[in-house]
Amino acid sequence: MQDGRDLYWLPTAPDFSVRLKQIDHDRGSWDELVGLANTRIDFVRTLRLDRSLRALFAAPPQGLATAPVRLAVLGSSTVGHLLPAIRIGALRRGIWLTTYEPDYGQYLQELSEPGSGLRRFSPNAVLFVMDAAHLLRGVHPTQDPAAAQDETAAHLVHCWNLARKEFRCPILQQTVLPVFPALLGGNEHRLPGSRHAMVNRLNSRLRGLADDEGVDLLAIDDQAATKGLAAWHDRALWHRAKQEVTPAQAPIYGDLVARLIAARLGRSFKCLVLDLDNTIWGGTIGDDGLDGIVLGPGSALGESFSDVQTFARDLAGRGIILAVCSKNDPAIARAAFQQHPEMVLRLSDIACFVANWNDKPANLRDIARQLNIGLDSMVFLDDNPFERDLVRSTLPMVAVPEIGDDPALYPATLAAAGYFESLGLTAEDRARGDQYQANAERISSAAGATDLPGYLRGLEMRLLWRRFDPAGLPRIVQLINKTNQFNLTTRRYTEADVRAVMDDPHGFGLQFRLTDRFGDNGIIAIVIAHRIERAELMLDAWLMSCRVLGRHVENATLAVIAEQAAAVGATRLLGCYMPTARNRMVERHYEKLGFSPVDHESVDQVGRRLDVLELRHYTPTDIFMTIAEGQ
Amino acid sequence: MTEADIHQALTELFRELFGDDDIVLTPQTTAADIEGWDSFNHLNLIVATETKFGIRLNSAEIEALHSVGDLAAIIKAKAGKRQ
Repeated sequence: MQDGRDLYWLPTAPDFSVRLKQIDHDRGSWDELVGLANTRIDFVRTLRLDRSLRALFAAPPQGLATAPVRLAVLGSSTVGHLLPAIRIGALRRGIWLTTYEPDYGQYLQELSEPGSGLRRFSPNAVLFVMDAAHLLRGVHPTQDPAAAQDETAAHLVHCWNLARKEFRCPILQQTVLPVFPALLGGNEHRLPGSRHAMVNRLNSRLRGLADDEGVDLLAIDDQAATKGLAAWHDRALWHRAKQEVTPAQAPIYGDLVARLIAARLGRSFKCLVLDLDNTIWGGTIGDDGLDGIVLGPGSALGESFSDVQTFARDLAGRGIILAVCSKNDPAIARAAFQQHPEMVLRLSDIACFVANWNDKPANLRDIARQLNIGLDSMVFLDDNPFERDLVRSTLPMVAVPEIGDDPALYPATLAAAGYFESLGLTAEDRARGDQYQANAERISSAAGATDLPGYLRGLEMRLLWRRFDPAGLPRIVQLINKTNQFNLTTRRYTEADVRAVMDDPHGFGLQFRLTDRFGDNGIIAIVIAHRIERAELMLDAWLMSCRVLGRHVENATLAVIAEQAAAVGATRLLGCYMPTARNRMVERHYEKLGFSPVDHESVDQVGRRLDVLELRHYTPTDIFMTIAEGQ
Repeated sequence: MTEADIHQALTELFRELFGDDDIVLTPQTTAADIEGWDSFNHLNLIVATETKFGIRLNSAEIEALHSVGDLAAIIKAKAGKRQ
């Protein structure tokens, strides 16, 4: 099952060819292609699917949640055999991606020359794919390796800077495959100039360099370490066609690239939903009782389930929301969490706990609603093939991995599937579980409160605002790039873009933190305003985390914007709404806040709508919180 | 594996790889007879054959590989045997 060359967590599709032919014949839909991309396809099927994809969607379809991706793959050897799988990896995540590759080995020329094909392509993401031989070309066993390594590092940084300066877009760098045989053996590091040892050193140096330079790594060296170099590299194919990664591995390679791109676009999964019986413990709690379930030391099976729980807890610790969805008596299910001595997971780790006898798709919808997240950000872990199949056919946007029949392998399978790919960690990520749980408590209080204003006042909310600052930068960039629903323009900003906003004397960027009596929600909203005319500010970005919806944070945010706008000499605000498949909830955002449509054309050709607010007519209303400048 | 089994499995593989259900293979079939059998797909064909039959083609075999008959002969000699 896990030979490492295979998307083994996806369900097999025995009818793949029939379905694909039907799609070709009927000029089928994007969603049907996405469905096929989410089956366990090998590299031959990946090539076929890519042919259909390109024939049917030479241009991106309307209404996708994420902007089209134009990825330049800049390689030192053959990369063409990897491109179909990269496009299909993106398709798997509902992302339309087109690729560009320069002529063989011409990456540096194309980066440097004005008017090159690369410049004309104008990528919005760049992936550097340098093979080991290319990066180690100056190294000989008799030479001082340090100098060669410095030169290689400088070359990489030079390439990254060229790409960044020209395209101002995310940059990805493939790490180096350990393709060179050892000369000494286990203590290879003692041989100066060993190419084998140098690859290891270069890979560890790449980690630091990439962090310093804001580059994301495509860590195929890690993959080769877990799955074996032979799964990745076939020396004969290298000699024959300069393919450093074998075509058989392309589906995994493409998926890895697509994960990084999806993570940058805020499309990684956010929530792990756990079944209970035979998923996080052995046996059925309702039948076997507290003493009868298998969990913890004493048996290999019990330890395996502890391992599953530990993995889930550790995911929660780095910002993944945990939920429970189980067919069980709720009191009995909860009692296991409270009373079983070997439980690793606690009730406090679970942001939303649903145990009842309803069908699981209905419960998953309910969990998504309670947590205010999209179904397409949920991963559902269940040992029962029937439940998995039911959820997949009813809610195709929920990721449901095939996990096999051995709990010992569940964590590795979840990790291999890469659902939760993440490019860094902010303080908010660490506290997220608590925030969502406090939110669930707030929803319970709201259900009990008869008057909403009274309830909102009782929350003791404080909205703390600050101009953009370097300390807030990681969270600002993260929130801008992952917020899809409450996002007026869905315009993505890179770190460099955000820095440019900080330096803009005529506009401003604002970050908002919300605290209440249940806790600190962290930075939950971002606003960016640019001056377009002397007294007019355009709200280029206004986005908010959905977990603070329904609390009139928007009204308080506008009060801060109005004050800041006046401070830079503006008298009018222009609000812009750009519709996507996912931001319908803010369609009437500006109207609700008292903006009026601009007099001439209220909707332009691309569906963009502009609304205007004259500040002299504005009075703050419906503010249920204190507002202050501060951390 | 019998020759008929190999022929059947190769036909499936060719049809899937080249996306054409009308492909009919003979031992004499070469790249000139099949649309899309270019140098890129030649390598894909080799890798797909290796995966499907659980064998590995060595460099000399790949060098001498020109027709479906050549490929079938290698499979017949190697498939199902420990290498």
